[in-house]
Amino acid sequence: MLLLLAILVGVLYGAAVYLLLRRNIFKLILGLIFLGHATNMLIFVAGGLTSGRPAFLRGVQDETIGMSDPLPQALILTAIVIGLGVTAFALTLVYRFYKVTKTVDFDELSENE
Amino acid sequence: MSTGLFLLVLLLVAAIAPFARKYLGNYAGWVYAIWPFTGFLYYLSLLPAVNEGLIITESFEWMPALGIEFSFYVDGFSMLFSLLVLGIGTFILVYAGYYMRPYPMKGRFLGYLLLFMTAMQGIVVSGNLITMFVFWELTSVSSYLLIGYWHEKPEARASALQALLITGFGGLALLGGFVLLAIPYGTYDLAYILSEPDIIKDSNLYLPALILILLGAFTKSAQFPFHFWLPGAMTAPSPVSAYLHSATMVKAGVFVLARFNPVLGGTEVWTYTLTIVGVTTMFVGAWISITQVDLKKILAYTTVSALGTLVLLIGTGTEYAINAAIIFLLVHALYKGTLFMMAGNIEKKTGTRDIRELGGLFKYMPFAAVVMIMALVSMAGVPPMLGFLGKELIYEASAAAPKAFWIILPLGFMTNVIMVFLSLRLAIDIFWGKEPKYGKIPAEPSLPLILGPFFLVLVSFVLGLFPSTMANPLTSKAITAISPLHDAMVLKLWHGFNLVLALSAFTLLSGYLMFRFRHTLLLSVDKVNIRYFRKEFTRYFFSMIDNFLVFTKLKTKTLQHGYHRFYLMTLFIFASILVWVMIWRADPIMLELNFSDMPLNLIAVVILIIAATLSAVVSSSRIIALISMGVIGFGITIIFIAYSGVDLAITMIMVETLLVILAMTVVYHLPTYKNFSSTGARMRDALVATLVGTFFMVLVLQAGTSSLETPISEYFKETSYSVAYGRNIVNVILVDYRALDTLGEITVISIAALGIYAMMKLGKK
Repeated sequence: MLLLLAILVGVLYGAAVYLLLRRNIFKLILGLIFLGHATNMLIFVAGGLTSGRPAFLRGVQDETIGMSDPLPQALILTAIVIGLGVTAFALTLVYRFYKVTKTVDFDELSENE
Repeated sequence: MSTGLFLLVLLLVAAIAPFARKYLGNYAGWVYAIWPFTGFLYYLSLLPAVNEGLIITESFEWMPALGIEFSFYVDGFSMLFSLLVLGIGTFILVYAGYYMRPYPMKGRFLGYLLLFMTAMQGIVVSGNLITMFVFWELTSVSSYLLIGYWHEKPEARASALQALLITGFGGLALLGGFVLLAIPYGTYDLAYILSEPDIIKDSNLYLPALILILLGAFTKSAQFPFHFWLPGAMTAPSPVSAYLHSATMVKAGVFVLARFNPVLGGTEVWTYTLTIVGVTTMFVGAWISITQVDLKKILAYTTVSALGTLVLLIGTGTEYAINAAIIFLLVHALYKGTLFMMAGNIEKKTGTRDIRELGGLFKYMPFAAVVMIMALVSMAGVPPMLGFLGKELIYEASAAAPKAFWIILPLGFMTNVIMVFLSLRLAIDIFWGKEPKYGKIPAEPSLPLILGPFFLVLVSFVLGLFPSTMANPLTSKAITAISPLHDAMVLKLWHGFNLVLALSAFTLLSGYLMFRFRHTLLLSVDKVNIRYFRKEFTRYFFSMIDNFLVFTKLKTKTLQHGYHRFYLMTLFIFASILVWVMIWRADPIMLELNFSDMPLNLIAVVILIIAATLSAVVSSSRIIALISMGVIGFGITIIFIAYSGVDLAITMIMVETLLVILAMTVVYHLPTYKNFSSTGARMRDALVATLVGTFFMVLVLQAGTSSLETPISEYFKETSYSVAYGRNIVNVILVDYRALDTLGEITVISIAALGIYAMMKLGKK
């Protein structure tokens, strides 16, 4: 399964890079979202895969061996939320950008300067 | 008193000079001259001891870990130079104090002059290569300030910049040369290097070190083809020219050559380079000076010529040549200082420096005329001035030069003829000649303005009259210091009738004939110049600078093109190449393909995500792209659930839902996709994407096979319930252990929300 998920991470990163290199500003935002997904998955997979054993304690004496690692999950949780904030802000920025410049092409922007 | 202390106080005087002038008024020059004059007397008092063989050394710790010290080394050669720098400097300060009266910022000017004096004095007494370099740079910087003193004039700024760039370039070369020179010795200590000349000669660093040091010396001493900055520096006030040309700045290069003559000299490459460069500079300088009409320009080009002569003599390196070099150094310093100060006086009294507009000045300023004519007599090499001895020795050295005397002697002869011609021309045309209409009647320059020229000429005269009792003690140790194998020769005014005397007589005669027929001569020289020597080095220099600026602009435009995607692409390509190299050098990954741990439902989910990704990337519809994004988000949610990331899954569901809704609202306002890029560009981007994607894939596999120790996680697991009273460890981490991070996260979200709100509000107007 690790191989399959590794391929998935690779594909997500590939898509992110490809979209980040577009001239259309909206695709750039999509690339940003992809970059977030890819990085979350990277941390998640690299942190070790544990099936069906969430980091949840039933009592003080609960056995912790074989339990999934809570730390990467905590990191990803933060990343997801911040990713939402950044993406929402970027989307609004794109909206304003288009309202002001009447273009979604980055190259036209640099020529306007 | 010590050398270091003297320099420190000199520097302090320079620092307070601009502020103290207010209180000292017109006596500032006199007051500031006290300290250099004290130094002059101090070194003069040491002269007998130094002639006995004393070498004064002093050392202060500076950067002991690097072997760099602030150290001083005063031998006979440093002594001669110190006397020149401080002695002439004293007169220059007195002169400048009066000369600069009508101009603004006099105090600052005197401060620069003192700073410059400190720098030059520092060079000649340095006992450590790095110390020497520091003072060397200080001369470049302070001469920039002095040359560009009248900074309202564009040509003054241009000349100052030119001088700074050329000597600054030379300074860098010199530093490189010093570092290379120090490597085989393992120290920057001058005394040690001078005592072991063979170490560098046996090292293969000799040639690179030599080339760099020569570059430094040649640029500073205005050797061909770097000679053009010196005449340009004539835009400076006259006191600066007088000082720069006589004892300092331009002599610094000659000083370095002579100083390192025992270490670097004597080899074939040294001899040939110095001879060729010196002879060329000597003749070119003299030749150009023939047709100049600006008094200061004439003198500047004769300085170039004299510097060439000095380099030539040091390069020749025989006993005669070294003797001649030291004597001529002294001769030149004395007459050139006088002539430049007199040029300033004449300009002050008549308002012009153009020799075509000068004439008949003798009856207005007879005393000044006598002083200037004596200096010119020294320049022409006529007895009884010291210049005569200098010229005789140069002839002897040229005739006895072991290599290429057949070219040195004729060119040396012609140079001297030109000097005689110029001396006659300046003396007769300016002081007798046809008298033009002067704006106001010229008068004798006042005492401080004539004091310096008078004393320098007097010294030259006395030394010339009593060479063996006066000039010999001053120079003998300087000669042996820079050339330990040779002795100082006993100087005589009268050598008897010999070839050299005949040559001298012939020189005078030719110079006179040149003067007699100067009208036809000048015309023909002009013709030759227009035909063959129209190359203006200054113009070339500035066009080079301009081209450099154009090149820099082009380079910046290429690298800083302003296209975000190409910046990103550069970043991606280089980062992935770096990581690929790392992966390449790491251990190979052992992969076991075990289908038993691949549940079919998860395989389906992964394939679904990949398909959705492709669809999101290539789709030409924004709606389909967004729906695909939703699929990817929820697909990832399922993977989180399958591998025990319950909290992640819950968060993802909410975030993805919000995002898709938000994106839909924005897309509604945006135009549909257009084809911006060509197929080639797409292929290129796909290639970059593949490069990055694959290395992340390999990275994940690497991470999966390496065993990670998780001591922090173990701590969280153990204490989550017992200490923090929470069963859900992920939540406990977020709200307890890393609570501050979560606070930061909330802040980020709030700021983003504020930003969004502001942007939407802005849209309403």
